[in-house]
Amino acid sequence: MSELSVNHLLGIKYLQEKDIQLIFETADHFKEVINRPIKKVPSLRDITIANLFFENSTRTKLSFELAEKRLSADVINFSAGQSSVKKGETLIDTVNNILSMKVDMVVMRHPNPGASVFLSKHVSANIINAGDGAHEHPTQALLDSYSIRERLGDVAGKNVVIVGDILHSRVALSNIYALKLQGANVMVCGPKTLLPKHIDKLGVKVETNLLKALQWCDVANMLRVQNERMEISYFPSTREYTQQFGVNKALLDSLDKEITIMHPGPINRGVEITSDVADSKQAIILDQVQNGVAVRMAVIYLLASKIKQ
Amino acid sequence: MSQKVLLNATAINIILHRLACQLIENHKDFSNTVLIGLQPRGKYLANRLAEMLKTEYNIKNLQLGHLDITFYRDDFRRGDKIHEANTTEINFIVEDKKVVFIDDVLYTGRSIRAALTAIQSFGRPNEIELLTLIDRRFSRHLPIQPNYRGRQVDAINEEKVKVNWKENEGEDAVYLINS
Repeated sequence: MSELSVNHLLGIKYLQEKDIQLIFETADHFKEVINRPIKKVPSLRDITIANLFFENSTRTKLSFELAEKRLSADVINFSAGQSSVKKGETLIDTVNNILSMKVDMVVMRHPNPGASVFLSKHVSANIINAGDGAHEHPTQALLDSYSIRERLGDVAGKNVVIVGDILHSRVALSNIYALKLQGANVMVCGPKTLLPKHIDKLGVKVETNLLKALQWCDVANMLRVQNERMEISYFPSTREYTQQFGVNKALLDSLDKEITIMHPGPINRGVEITSDVADSKQAIILDQVQNGVAVRMAVIYLLASKIKQ
Repeated sequence: MSQKVLLNATAINIILHRLACQLIENHKDFSNTVLIGLQPRGKYLANRLAEMLKTEYNIKNLQLGHLDITFYRDDFRRGDKIHEANTTEINFIVEDKKVVFIDDVLYTGRSIRAALTAIQSFGRPNEIELLTLIDRRFSRHLPIQPNYRGRQVDAINEEKVKVNWKENEGEDAVYLINS
């Protein structure tokens, strides 16, 4: 088996296309494993992984923890809210204290962009970025692409629109990198105030009309409006946002084709998408969740193979 | 590098018939038995035996699966070689069944140890047997022996036993390679 070209998963920006294919091929095998009566393999029984979540997370943390446990790794969890970070401890001190407990790998979510890159330069453990501010969320982008590949057979050549709060989304940036690397055509769509300036420099189309975007695409990846990251009001009201950028069944039925609907969660039902869309056969939201465990198992397994005894 | 032919196509064919007959003696109509070829190379032998049992010995409803042991190996992160995972296809219940593991070469026994762990993920078999085409005697690291063996070979550790199948190498042959 070839190996990853990187020792850390800090962002999709640092990956090559062959890395993504290797992760997907490995995830295929783990997907089969997690559908067995006994879903656990002993590969990482001598590896300890620390999940450092300096920012709240439910599904990503659960998904990583499940992936680690299904690989038989020992897992320790850390949440900033219950830690010495509140007492003024620095990131390096916090992590070095944890690494002193002989941790081999760190999965970290941090509110500041670049935190995982910073950490990778100062500690010897392998780092997986589980989201750094509004910068990157590489495993989410990998599982999104994996889910598209699973549903449509291939990512290359597919038209994918990312709809919503592009400005505050780490999912959007990682997805753009991942999709472009695999040869997909990417569009972003949202209110002008939530589209970063110069985003077209990343080689993506920009659209502010949702109907036109949906007519163009094979896949619509609906993002959550990240109110918690907004210090000012970016649109007049949630009702108006929903009217212009929310997807409902009537809108989908008006298209002359069936498009695939994705959402990284958590869904604000009735805001980004209505319940009848979220629960329809067109939506692969729960497939994304299941694929998330397999893809994270693959990433952890491949990075762990680089830790020599 | 020199290589010596241990078995040619005719010899392999004779051995496969003998192994098929031995399996029938112990498993009758295979109603409570499943065959599991160990990936990657045991699957060719398993496929060949299953085909022979169906077409030449008229065994109906034979159940054949392939098991990959990559994630159960005990040498992950030891050494430079990264093992490539293969497909596992077991579309039947192994609980309370007689399972026959099929592999081309039995060497240290570590692959079989991994397979014994891996199969537990699919249930608890009533009994597990091992069939190998080549049994490399005197090289075992673990107390594992085959129930059915095609040919016993004495080879030193520097030598390699390579089994070629028509399906992937274009010929049926077993070589002893001295590198």
